[in-house]
Amino acid sequence: MRRIGLPDVIGPISDRWSRLPTPARYVVYVIAIVAAFALPADSIGSFMSPQSDWSAILFYPIGVYILLAIGLNVVVGQAGLLDLGYVAFFAIGGYTMGKIGLSLKWDFWVILPCGIAAAAVAGVILGAPTLRLRGDYLAIVTLGFGEIIRITANNLNFTGGPRGLSGIPNPPSVGSFSALQFNVATTKPFYYLVLVMIILAIVLVKRLERSRVGRAWAAIREDEDAAEVMGVPTFRFKLWAFAIGACIGGAAGVLFAAQTISITPEDFPFLLSSYIVVAVVLGGSGNLAGVILGAFLVAWLPERFRGFADYRVLAFGGALVLMMIVRPEGLLPSRRRRAELAEGTGGMGSLGGGVGGAQTQAVRIEAVETDAVQTGAVESEAAP
Amino acid sequence: MHAFVTQFWPSTIDGLTIGSIYGLIALGYTLVYGVLRLINFAHSEVFMVGTFASLFTLHGLGITHAETGFALVGVLILMGLAGMAGSGITAVVLERVAYRPLRKRGSSRLAALISAIGASFFLQEVFALRYGRDLLSFPPLMNKTVLFHIGSGQVRADKVLVVVAALVMALALDRFVNGSRLGRGVRATAQDPDTAVLMGVNIDRIVMITFLVGGMMAGVAAMLYGNYFELTQYNVGFLLGIKAFTAAVLGGIGNIRGALLGGLTLGLIENYGGSVFGAQWKDVIAFTVLVLVLMVRPTGLLGEKLTRARA
Repeated sequence: MRRIGLPDVIGPISDRWSRLPTPARYVVYVIAIVAAFALPADSIGSFMSPQSDWSAILFYPIGVYILLAIGLNVVVGQAGLLDLGYVAFFAIGGYTMGKIGLSLKWDFWVILPCGIAAAAVAGVILGAPTLRLRGDYLAIVTLGFGEIIRITANNLNFTGGPRGLSGIPNPPSVGSFSALQFNVATTKPFYYLVLVMIILAIVLVKRLERSRVGRAWAAIREDEDAAEVMGVPTFRFKLWAFAIGACIGGAAGVLFAAQTISITPEDFPFLLSSYIVVAVVLGGSGNLAGVILGAFLVAWLPERFRGFADYRVLAFGGALVLMMIVRPEGLLPSRRRRAELAEGTGGMGSLGGGVGGAQTQAVRIEAVETDAVQTGAVESEAAP
Repeated sequence: MHAFVTQFWPSTIDGLTIGSIYGLIALGYTLVYGVLRLINFAHSEVFMVGTFASLFTLHGLGITHAETGFALVGVLILMGLAGMAGSGITAVVLERVAYRPLRKRGSSRLAALISAIGASFFLQEVFALRYGRDLLSFPPLMNKTVLFHIGSGQVRADKVLVVVAALVMALALDRFVNGSRLGRGVRATAQDPDTAVLMGVNIDRIVMITFLVGGMMAGVAAMLYGNYFELTQYNVGFLLGIKAFTAAVLGGIGNIRGALLGGLTLGLIENYGGSVFGAQWKDVIAFTVLVLVLMVRPTGLLGEKLTRARA
């Protein structure tokens, strides 16, 4: 008897969703966006976050984590590359905002593209030498890169050393709308700002996913060698994934620095990179709805349940191991990712080919002992 | 540059000492990578558990002041055994819980790496929650006597112990892999798991042995680290783990002699670099070495030996 799991519930829903006519889908999008704008309401906040200011939490960590997770999803979920130093791009965005905002007194809106560009350049500089390597090397190199950025920021006077930068200007207020007054006392405007950025990022990523670039990423993720043979310039597309992921991380960093006013190297620890990885993997890498859900849970659970905050790393760590064993595709997987992970593709190749020996071994011994019909089934499973 | 010259001998001695510890930890990465082609991301935590096991041995024995002579040797051996047991068992449990289920299913390597990261966090937090997040100090066990001088560098007894012990352990491991029956199984699995199975190698057992032996090397490194720095912490493995991995890559991952060579080289580069640019840049130098090696010579100094057949 088959156990009824989450996919059985989600499958029909996503089927119906994809059959929905385009105008109907847009209606749902609009409702979702309106709901998102209504989210900071006090009545929701009193339930979601009784202990602290709900709209402040909605901006950081929830909004920023979601934005970062959408960016990292391009790298991990779409191109199948594990980036363990994603926080570096967030930091570069943050320090660009801080440094330019303080010294040149430019506007937030002018610095935003600068921060995005700086992060993209960093992404290319990091990616160019390392993306030719095996995927697991990439993970460690990116981890090292994240640490290099943090330690460098900590060591240089230019970035304010361990004390970081403070007095970073807020974005300029627009007119006299209360929703667009950006200063230390306001929290909702920043949430709206991050929400707009999240929506833009979603549109961008969705468009990319359905483009030639998105198809190339999927091909690379599933089998890099095959993609290369079929004429996909894998290196170039991997670099694109890296740069686009970096852009979104950089944008999040600029926004973060403009809101918190002061940043220190301690705001950009390795742990933050790993929270975002957890968010992407937990939610369902490759599927935007899943990734957003994952980021929301990772950000919100420790804020809502303070007792949980002490145990969050323990819980996340355990959850990662458990997820990889039980449900590697995440809570809300995309169907394609699910199929890939079930057959051992879906990023950095399969453990099976080289190491499935043990499985093959067990199966072959079984095959000798069981009858011919089963042997046939077993062999087809054991075949690569 | 002046600092480099005046600090040359002290840097060399410190570099070789810390490099030996990197090398010992790197052996674990190299072995597991050689056999499974998997970066055991949680190996840093295997080392961390070893430092705690060594520390608890000292507490258990009621050591409060420096020992000498046979007492010292006995305590060091007990400490080493405890470290090896702690790390070895951790590594084996890790393989059982976090890797084997994935291996059996033929999961993607991305999944295995993520599982390893999860296991790493889990282990760190278990120790952080149980023993706090502050540095824990070891009772002083060994007098840091200066044996002799090389130039301006002081050769201390505890540093000599680190280097000698690391060399002996690496040599023993080399003999084990290249000389014993089990070692032949390890090499066979590394070269071609499918053929190894056909030849009657029990892969599950070989993988377990690989993790166990790699873990034991980390345990020795943990004991030496504890005796040398007299400090540990729940996240002590993080930085050392990355550096040891760098050492493994530098020497040629999958290559046992390369791991030690890589460790010593990295230790020297880091300390020479530190004397030129300032000690606060040591970690950045080590990471830069990793990136440069991967760019210029990803097979490392000595090449990928264990995995040569499956490059």
